[in-house]
Amino acid sequence: PTILSYFIFFQQRIEIHKLRQGDNLILGFSIGGGIDQDPTQNPFSEDKTDKGIYVTRVTEGGPAEVAGLQIGDKIMQVNGWDMTMVTHDQARKRLTKRNEEVVRLLVTRQSLQKAVQQSMMS
Amino acid sequence: KIESLKVTVDFLKVPLGLKKPPLKEALAAVPGPGRAKPFGVERHKSRRCDTMDNESQYSGYSYKSGHSRSSRKHRDRRDRHRSKSRDGSRGDKSVTIQAPGEPLLDNESTRGDERDDNWGETTTVVTGTSEHSISHDDITRITKDMEDSAHLDCSRHLGVSLAAALALLAFVTPLAFMVLPQLLWREELEPCGTPCEGLFISVAFKLLILLLGSWALFFRRPKAFFPRIFVFRALLMVLVFLLVVSYWLFYGVRILDSRERNYQGVVQYTVSLVDALLFVHYLAVVLLELRQLQPQFTLKAVRSADGASRFYNVGHLSIQRAAVWILENYYHDFPVYNPALLNLPKSVLSKKMSGFKVYSLGEENTTNNSTGQSRAVIAAAARRRDNSHNEYYYEEAEHERRVRKRRARLVVAVEEAFTHIKRLQEEDQKNPREIMDPREAAQAIFASMARAMQKYLRTTKQQPYHTMESILQHLEFCITHDMTPKVRRVGRRYLTAGPTIQYHKDRWLAKQWTLVSEEPVTNGLKDGVVFVLKRQDFSLVVSTKKIPFFKLSEEFVDPKSHKFVMRLQSETSV
Repeated sequence: PTILSYFIFFQQRIEIHKLRQGDNLILGFSIGGGIDQDPTQNPFSEDKTDKGIYVTRVTEGGPAEVAGLQIGDKIMQVNGWDMTMVTHDQARKRLTKRNEEVVRLLVTRQSLQKAVQQSMMS
Repeated sequence: KIESLKVTVDFLKVPLGLKKPPLKEALAAVPGPGRAKPFGVERHKSRRCDTMDNESQYSGYSYKSGHSRSSRKHRDRRDRHRSKSRDGSRGDKSVTIQAPGEPLLDNESTRGDERDDNWGETTTVVTGTSEHSISHDDITRITKDMEDSAHLDCSRHLGVSLAAALALLAFVTPLAFMVLPQLLWREELEPCGTPCEGLFISVAFKLLILLLGSWALFFRRPKAFFPRIFVFRALLMVLVFLLVVSYWLFYGVRILDSRERNYQGVVQYTVSLVDALLFVHYLAVVLLELRQLQPQFTLKAVRSADGASRFYNVGHLSIQRAAVWILENYYHDFPVYNPALLNLPKSVLSKKMSGFKVYSLGEENTTNNSTGQSRAVIAAAARRRDNSHNEYYYEEAEHERRVRKRRARLVVAVEEAFTHIKRLQEEDQKNPREIMDPREAAQAIFASMARAMQKYLRTTKQQPYHTMESILQHLEFCITHDMTPKVRRVGRRYLTAGPTIQYHKDRWLAKQWTLVSEEPVTNGLKDGVVFVLKRQDFSLVVSTKKIPFFKLSEEFVDPKSHKFVMRLQSETSV
């Protein structure tokens, strides 16, 4: 059966409340990607020229997991700022602004089955 | 032990192809074990053709010797007459190139004048005396060859003597110029001290240099007999002749007649002549030697019988010189021609006969009936499924396997044989009876590997090329020079068919080649020229291609411009 023939994209808005750990505010996930990175090594992207920011890891029990962020999500916006055409460092900065306690992400996720298959295939 | 081995060797000597055994004797001499028969028979057959060729020419002459600097005007006219009488039309011109019987690589030997002249006399014309009967074709061929060589003998003789005369004249002239005034009107000459003596020295040395240069350039064993005149040589001879004649004219009129007093002027005139001769020599070097060195054309030589081909790079040459060049390289590049290897096995070919018959229904008024019929037959035969390719494949595979097995046996036998021989060290004390020279050592070893060698040669159909004598000689050679079994010059020499020049001289078969070309053979090579060098059993087709003009452009790469970036794949946790 051709799994490629159907895959579901949908966008979701996720609101993450940052957790304070010592002097830092952490979100509980890791990002990969960016326009200065090598897009062919991204295991989560459907299109290997996609230089967007992807979620590569989600820590267990962290604020991101609680809010519903999943591994493999592509982050399209953070608090209204576009994340599809940013460098890796710019993305990091936008997520870790010190004066923000809440970040609202707009993420895109392929259907769960597809995401699992992608991560298994990579 | 050696004695017993020698006896075995003698026993084996009989069947292994002697030089010229009558067939019956060879068969009679072989006792019970009948393994030797095929060896002698095939060799004998192939020798039948080449006795003719070995005797038929030894034409040692080419125009390359220094004394062939004769006036070519005579030869030109004669050649033109001859060619006109033979064929007026410009069809295929077929002329003959004959190579001398001496080794082809010896071209630096010094030959004096006398030897050159005598070559004309020792040239043998085809005698036609052979042990075997000759057919009618042979007779006609022989008579034609006789006529040709008779013609050429006379002209060659003439050419050589004219060339010698011209060279001698050119050499003696400066001396004559200087000596004559002294002899004839010594009293009237102005005294000429130091400047003249200086000029004498310069003349002497220049003449010496000219002599050495001529010796180096012209006194060479000719490699081949060219069918047509060599244009550049003819040109040079005409030039020298004109030069010398004009100088003599001037000398005769202005100096001898008027009894010139100024001796220094005369000597300077002589010096100018010698200079001019040196420059002509320089011209000769450039035209004859240098111009052909820079590669301009690529020649592809393909042997028609089995498709072996080679590529050669040559410079500007005329067709006949290119042909000789190709032949020189042929003898050491091409594997020896083995007619036994060419034919498909009979079992494969017999099935190819098509059994179609074509009946034409209707009127018989078509004129191109035959072509239509043949086309139909061919088409039908092609469509029919025939499995001869299958059989050919299996036959080839089987043969390959057999050859490999025999080769393995041969290699093992040779290795074992060589372990029995050891070089005698000085400090070893050995019984004098046991010490052998290389020849005896070779014979001792040979017996133990003779059988494997024979079988192998028979399988690869190489046995006509290796007589026992040649094998023993080669063994001797290997033993003398301590060739290790691993290097296996012995085996390698027999395992692959080597170039023709490696075999005994008799095996070079005919040195007579016929050059067939559509253009006159003194024309230079051009892109697309094709000519054929023919021999009885096969021919070499040579085609020319111009080496393309290379356009090299430059690109400068700054060493500092080599910069690299990492391909990043970072992951940051936020």
